[in-house]
Amino acid sequence: MTIKDSRRSKLIYTIAAWTISGMIFFPILWTLITSFKTESEAISATPALFAFEWTLENYSDVLSRSPYFNHFWNSVVISLGSSLLGLLIAVPAAWSMAFVQTKKTKHLLMWMLSTKMLPPVGVLIPIYLLFRDFGLLDTKLGLVIVMTLINLPIMVWMLYTYFREIPNEILEASRMDGATIGEEIFHVLLPIALPGIASTLLLNVILSWNEAFWTLILTAANAAPLTAFIASYSSPEGLFYAKLSAASAMAIVPILILGWFSQKQLVRGLSFGAVK
Amino acid sequence: MATTNSRTLARFMLLPSVTLLLAWMIVPLCMTLYFSFIDYNLLVPGEKEFVGFLNYEFFLTDPAFFESFFNTLLLVTGVLLITICGGIGLAILLDQAIWGRNYVRIMVLAPFFVMPTVSALVWKNMLMNPVNGLFAHFAIWLGFDPIDFFAQMPLFSIIIIVSWQWLPFAALILLTAIQSLDREQLEAADLDGAGPLSKFFYIVLPHLSRAVTAVILIETIFLLSIFAEILVTTSGGPGYSSTNITYLIYTQSLLQFDVGGGSAGGIVAVIIANIVAIFLMRLIGKNLEG
Amino acid sequence: MGSITLKQVTKNFDEVNVIKPLDLEIKDGEFIVFVGPSGCGKSTLLRMIAGLEDTTSGNIEIDGQDATHTPPAKRGLAMVFQSYALYPHMTVRNNIAFPLKRAKVSPAEIESKIANAAKILNLTDYLDRKPGQLSGGQRQRVAIGRAIVRQPSAFLFDEPLSNLDASLRVNMRLEISELHKSLSTTMIYVTHDQVEAMTMADRIAVFNGGIIEQVGTPLELYKHPVNEFVAGFIGSPKMNFIAVPQSEDKKTVNLGIRPEHFIISQEQGTYKGTVGVIEHLGSESFLHVTLECGTTVTVKADGDCPLQYGDAIFLSAQENKTHKFDKNGLTIKTTL
Repeated sequence: MTIKDSRRSKLIYTIAAWTISGMIFFPILWTLITSFKTESEAISATPALFAFEWTLENYSDVLSRSPYFNHFWNSVVISLGSSLLGLLIAVPAAWSMAFVQTKKTKHLLMWMLSTKMLPPVGVLIPIYLLFRDFGLLDTKLGLVIVMTLINLPIMVWMLYTYFREIPNEILEASRMDGATIGEEIFHVLLPIALPGIASTLLLNVILSWNEAFWTLILTAANAAPLTAFIASYSSPEGLFYAKLSAASAMAIVPILILGWFSQKQLVRGLSFGAVK
Repeated sequence: MATTNSRTLARFMLLPSVTLLLAWMIVPLCMTLYFSFIDYNLLVPGEKEFVGFLNYEFFLTDPAFFESFFNTLLLVTGVLLITICGGIGLAILLDQAIWGRNYVRIMVLAPFFVMPTVSALVWKNMLMNPVNGLFAHFAIWLGFDPIDFFAQMPLFSIIIIVSWQWLPFAALILLTAIQSLDREQLEAADLDGAGPLSKFFYIVLPHLSRAVTAVILIETIFLLSIFAEILVTTSGGPGYSSTNITYLIYTQSLLQFDVGGGSAGGIVAVIIANIVAIFLMRLIGKNLEG
Repeated sequence: MGSITLKQVTKNFDEVNVIKPLDLEIKDGEFIVFVGPSGCGKSTLLRMIAGLEDTTSGNIEIDGQDATHTPPAKRGLAMVFQSYALYPHMTVRNNIAFPLKRAKVSPAEIESKIANAAKILNLTDYLDRKPGQLSGGQRQRVAIGRAIVRQPSAFLFDEPLSNLDASLRVNMRLEISELHKSLSTTMIYVTHDQVEAMTMADRIAVFNGGIIEQVGTPLELYKHPVNEFVAGFIGSPKMNFIAVPQSEDKKTVNLGIRPEHFIISQEQGTYKGTVGVIEHLGSESFLHVTLECGTTVTVKADGDCPLQYGDAIFLSAQENKTHKFDKNGLTIKTTL
């Protein structure tokens, strides 16, 4: 193959890749663009890609006419709260499984994963009734609890795979150096595992932010995060494309940015370590 | 490789996770199981009679169950087919030397981070709407009648939306797998005179088989529980034509308040998911040993 | 002080017995090397002494105190690991300071101890680097530095040189030996490399299959191995074993002759053989000779040995330099 040939094939592949990825990205791009249009422009029979009058009116409308910030804050509290709480519970468990392996460790890990595979409808009614009886329906606390529990297996699993990469000898060295178990975890394990812990946190924030079963079922006006808020656009407000787009853009852009940072860790977390 | 001290400590540190997950899994599941055997409707206060397998009988013989079971099957296999085939193609494309690969990667990955309610509404209203949707405009521009997606082909439309959400996941996992392929293997195949097609079928595809299995199993777990996309687009209709099992159970329990029937359905869903889970666990378990 | 006594120590992993009841007395200030093939239990025993593994039965005494169930941090021992086990997120300074901080030593004292250790180990210029920026030898020195600042009653080394390349290994060997001479603290050193064992040890314990085959000074082991295993393990190249025809001697099954104890002759000798590959090292040559009985032996010859591939030669053993082994592989004591 000559250099000219390889340049040409690179060009062909590049064009193909950009076209296809452009098509995949298009709905998001279109949402972002539409969010800056006027409502009449948004439903125009000759839709414009860029040549229209750009306006921020939709954003101010969404922000002023709906408690958008409430829902945004709910999303932040629920996703960040459940991820941090989850870390607190998952780190000790992952430490145990990674560094004090027994014959049972593998079974335990598998069992934890199996809870993740339980379909939510299997426990829908009891959770709904328990939440009703304990006054947790439509509260942020209730959702934090649920999100923590449904993501706990993934957190333990991800942390476990990160911890496994830390040589046991380093922890043993700290023990020989006179560190207590607390010092071992805080001065040695956690600083070394920090990148892994950060990406575990990030992925769980993303997953909780986008969770759309329990958030839709267990919340109403008060604790509804953005997933539920956007769902309220299903009709008839959904026909106001520009406002729908503005609300959607505000719901997805923060997490898109976080997601792009965590793309490498995503594979490991979502395949439960089956693909590295 | 440890001492009694650290083993005791390890058990103690595992306790919170294990207790919570046990409580989360066992308590509600037992309640569901219990409800599934009694006659319990939230709108009808009073006696909660033991009815044996009656709830199951009603749920399993309901024509809606068959339809939604079939829909679930169609939804899962349809999305799997699209995302796996598309994912392999995309993964191979992204593995080539191209200009701006990072930007391409970011664009391909983006739909995965869009919350289900947003993607469903954007597709439903802005793209697939028969009057103002972009597809309708495009069809008219080409001289066709616009398609009313959610009236004419509700399930297919949902399949398209869900596939769009999950294609990035499949592509990303498969790309990671392709990149782990030993380049020397391909170079050896080049020396042996293998063409691109035989390289694909004899080297790349077998190498991907593990990752493909993983994608199938993981997606299946999530796809069995598709909910938000149906809720905000078709609400399961028209009729039951886009209702899957998850949505059916939701309507029965929380819209018709039939706790007993919904619970029986929940147990059925758990059994179906378990069958998939067993295969997935085997795959992951093998990986744990290696 | 740093005497360590092992009394009837055993170790089981699940049902597998990896250390059989074992007694060993390590004297204060001694440099003892545990040597043996991989899986022989030498590292496990070291980790048991360190407290990183439980002792299944028996007692470990440190300076006369029973320490069998003392956690590692309280045993007053320091360990240097095969992978160095440096804390990757800390600078060299903080790595060395870590055990001192755990022991609540005052900051001023920590500073002076670090400076002192860095001077001894030539690390003064690297104190503010992270381990990732150091070479293998430097990392090794940091690991040693971390161990010496604590002034432990004994140092434990777990194959510390096996990740270094050959020339560096020779240097570090000397440095550790020198360190032992200057600190005169007890050192227990685990290795699978018998050259390290021979060059560094005051005493060597040869491990095999969870038992100690023999304990002694390097020369004792070289001259008077108790059995075929020790004889074959100590010395490089390995001792040659030649089967003895049963008619000659009722008890002796194998005769052991070290490569350096052969006499080569063109005319006559005990064994007739054909020269195979010759390895010229300059200072000496190693001949691989196939004897008539079919056994191949290694023979050490002069550096300018004139023999060629295929030459027929005769070999005999130097007087009193042969080892006789019975059918159980045990050395048959000869009266010397």
